[in-house]
Amino acid sequence: MGSSVSPVAVPAVAFAGVVKRFGAFTALDGVDLEIAQGEFFGLLGPNGAGKTTLISCLAGLARPSAGSIRVLGHEVQGDYREARRRLGVVPQELVFDPFFTVRETLRIQSGYFGIRRNDDWIDEILANLDLADKADTNMRRLSGGMKRRVLVAQALVHRPPVIVLDEPTAGVDVELRQGLWRFIRRLNEAGHTIVLTTHYLEEAEALCQRIALLKRGRILALDSTANLLARFSGHSLTLKLSGEQELPASLEPLVQRRNGREVVLQLSRLELVETVLASLRQAGLGLEDLRLNAPDLEDAFMALVGAEASHA
Amino acid sequence: MLDLGGGFGALLRKELLRFWRVAFQTVAAPVLTALLYLLIFSHVLGEERLVHGLAYTAFLVPGLVMMSVLQNAFANSSSSLIQSKVTGSLVFVLLPPISYGAFYGAFVLAAALRGLVVGLGVWLVTLPFAPLWPAQPLWALAFALLGGAILGTLGVIAGIWADKFDQLAAFQNFLVLPLTMLSGVFYSIHSLPAFWQAVSHYNPVFYMIDGFRYGFFGVSDVGPEVSLAVVLLCFAGLALLTLMLLKRGWKLRY
Repeated sequence: MGSSVSPVAVPAVAFAGVVKRFGAFTALDGVDLEIAQGEFFGLLGPNGAGKTTLISCLAGLARPSAGSIRVLGHEVQGDYREARRRLGVVPQELVFDPFFTVRETLRIQSGYFGIRRNDDWIDEILANLDLADKADTNMRRLSGGMKRRVLVAQALVHRPPVIVLDEPTAGVDVELRQGLWRFIRRLNEAGHTIVLTTHYLEEAEALCQRIALLKRGRILALDSTANLLARFSGHSLTLKLSGEQELPASLEPLVQRRNGREVVLQLSRLELVETVLASLRQAGLGLEDLRLNAPDLEDAFMALVGAEASHA
Repeated sequence: MLDLGGGFGALLRKELLRFWRVAFQTVAAPVLTALLYLLIFSHVLGEERLVHGLAYTAFLVPGLVMMSVLQNAFANSSSSLIQSKVTGSLVFVLLPPISYGAFYGAFVLAAALRGLVVGLGVWLVTLPFAPLWPAQPLWALAFALLGGAILGTLGVIAGIWADKFDQLAAFQNFLVLPLTMLSGVFYSIHSLPAFWQAVSHYNPVFYMIDGFRYGFFGVSDVGPEVSLAVVLLCFAGLALLTLMLLKRGWKLRY
């Protein structure tokens, strides 16, 4: 999948002091962020964090109250034509124009970017998205999953070097989600910069090289996925205690949460499992069940969002 | 200079296809409505009645053609925009590098063309009842195009302004419909009392219909040059206003 080439030093996307206010409400509160060319970048955050507002400002659907946004060096307001030519956006909502077939939809979308006779590329996109046999089907007759794939196809008709996917797998089944992941990975491997917003932490963990966590319009953390996992999470050990005996006092500082007789311990190092088991043996405590959980982004996310909330 | 740039052709084509795909509803239905007006009014008011020395049925035809042009031009741009807004598909037009000039030009030209197609249809189906040929075809075409463009522009404003279909219906029922119906479609303003004649001169649609009628008969209530000047001024004012609103992203880009 081709993409136009820009000097690598130029960030694919650069947000500088971006503020967006709606009356007294501040949706984005000074966002500074640079995404390098070729990166697979994740934008995470709880509902209302400002992810979609940030994407809308990037796409020119919203106008920042302050600050600037550049796509491969082109300012999205002042130089909007060049910026938009380099940007493909897959919107969050499942929207479509009911008057047209899939192929007509993609031809029209190509025309919006000034591209005529784009059928070879359209056929290639359709084949890659398993939509070739639906090319002449009216949009109304497609399933939700197919409509979602057409949205992705529409974002690609002009071969944009930067692709933004706003919650692309929201509400889609597991099979389609896996298929979209594979396709997006291939786009990234072909040189496209990918910016992904998602609610699914496993999605960000599986795909993204770097992640920004956004809350209340501010970036709480910005790091590589590996560093975030290392910084904010360790293994957790879930114990289901038998009998009425309580957990030894020495283990209390490790307790992350309780649910009846089930206790989840947070372990900063894997070797601590031995220490925990030794303490349990020493206390003569029986176990009905024991599970060791690998670190995941959810822990990092909860740690960050929780920490921010406690400072609020 | 108005910059149409890339995307204008595709957006125009999309807007034309949009109404043509449902031509039964967007072309055939208004043609039938206009034909019913002609049959009922000419039957009730009688063939003997003369206006400007013309049989009433003949007098009525250009008015009906022009009324259809205007109402359908408004309906095209306004319904396309409100539908796209309500369904969210307007985002496909807002994301590409389409200039506000191209956006305006495509919506208004498509609206005017739908108006002309419906107007042509009305004229053709009324031919068996009143075989009329334009005496001044260029005048008729100029007024039909400009009238369609003006109502198409109003449709763009209404479509962007309205958040719900009932707001658009209010715009149509309380502004567009009275302006077109009370503009001399069914009568010559010389048949009105002096007060209402004076009021009619403040209705820009009156000049569109009167000028269009001149294109058919070579006679009109006011001179065609005056009508053309009023219509051009009206178009220029509305076009500038709409372009300014689009440039600011009014109700489109928040």
